[in-house]
Amino acid sequence: MSRHEVTLLVNGDRHRLTVEARRTLADVLRDRLRLTGTHLGCEQGVCGACTVLVDGEPVRSCLALAVQCDGASVRTVEGLTAGADADVTGAAAGAGGLHPLQCLLGEEGGLQCGFCTPGFLMLLTGVLEERPDLDDEALAVVLSSNLCRCTGYRPIAVAARRARDLYTALAAGAAPDTSPDDAPEGPCN
Amino acid sequence: MKPAPVDYVAPRTVADAVAALADGGDDAKVLAGGQSLLPTMAMRLARPSLLVDVGRIPELRRLALDGPAHPGAVRVGAGIRHVELERGAHVPGALGALLRTAAGHIGHVPIRTRGTFGGSLAHADPAAEWPLVALAADATVHATGPAGDRAIPVGAFFETVFTTALAPDELLVAVDLPVPAPTARSGFAEVSRRAGDFALVACAVLVDVAGDVGGSVRRARVALGGVADRPVRCAAAEDALVGRPLGAGVVEAAGAAAAAAVESRGDLHAGPDLRRSMVAAVVRRALLAARDTPVGTAGPVGVPA
Repeated sequence: MSRHEVTLLVNGDRHRLTVEARRTLADVLRDRLRLTGTHLGCEQGVCGACTVLVDGEPVRSCLALAVQCDGASVRTVEGLTAGADADVTGAAAGAGGLHPLQCLLGEEGGLQCGFCTPGFLMLLTGVLEERPDLDDEALAVVLSSNLCRCTGYRPIAVAARRARDLYTALAAGAAPDTSPDDAPEGPCN
Repeated sequence: MKPAPVDYVAPRTVADAVAALADGGDDAKVLAGGQSLLPTMAMRLARPSLLVDVGRIPELRRLALDGPAHPGAVRVGAGIRHVELERGAHVPGALGALLRTAAGHIGHVPIRTRGTFGGSLAHADPAAEWPLVALAADATVHATGPAGDRAIPVGAFFETVFTTALAPDELLVAVDLPVPAPTARSGFAEVSRRAGDFALVACAVLVDVAGDVGGSVRRARVALGGVADRPVRCAAAEDALVGRPLGAGVVEAAGAAAAAAVESRGDLHAGPDLRRSMVAAVVRRALLAARDTPVGTAGPVGVPA
């Protein structure tokens, strides 16, 4: 059993840690850095709850050893809030520093128990930052990566499409209008 | 569950990786993207004593379209990730189209950002996409071990479920994929329970058609996944194609020939009759995709970061 010194840049903060080789990135985020927003469901790469961004790309943090991520930049759901994502949050910041994606999921009822939510948020963030122009069908295939046992997925898909429209507008340099005509009172407005 | 305790090294060269594998003995295991190995470790189905992480070897991260060492072939480094072949448009023509389409069927986005081409071949799941594509494309697999380098034709590489011609102390380094004729066309089709699941049945085809699309098929390679203990070529379908134009009737006949030729006992996902009809469907769909995709379809040529 070997132990290794690793450096992780997590949500902009540099951490130097000694970890066992067998520890996954998810374990280190949760148990060592106490960033428990990253949830562990199946621990075998099926449910997607532990999705985080590694060097900007969505990764299942239960399927990456922390030693493999030495030197990498990691973003977790904690890094979505308040200022961590200036472009998008500046354009449509919600109450309490919530990221617009979080607001949209709340407005659409895209979560109930919330266990899967951090995984969906990070999956969508990573995908939309790279491809803000995904069509509805491609977006549905992307969402099929992660499991949700509460919502039946439809409200998550609706929120994801609104998020996509927001990212598309930002990519085009337009001022986004994220409110549908019949926008309900939500956590962000 | 959590993986059992394990030792770990991350060599920077192929030579150091091979030495580490030899030193580690029978229970040493190569770790590439980890998208198959880490789940089996988490389930304690695998308990390697040593992981040799090949993710930090620059040599494995190269993708070269043509070169003196591999004339007429694209060389894909073992560490090229699925997502790089999916989004990159690195490879022109029918081969590039085949790689991009097949990559999009592998797992989900967060799997494709880590899993590697070489890792998938070495893992040798009989329903996986890359082994099937490698067979259709007539690949040559390059491995390095303590005794030196070795080139293995793809037909001799896959032995049975999760078993290849690689020795335990050999490392898969790169794969050469011959560039098909400019008139060649490719297609890929898959049936799975849900998006991202392993294929129940999948088919990859490369066909060379004389002249425009109305011409006769000169050569055909039809490969099937999910029907045997390894990806297999389907001679019956190939024979049904060669010398004939890719019309609806010929495509239908090739699918029927493939369905008749597979040995299908069925399993819990699908009985033998359903499996045969799925084989006919994927062969037909792959051939129609090949016919209807314009020759020369490819994005800009480039190399992944």
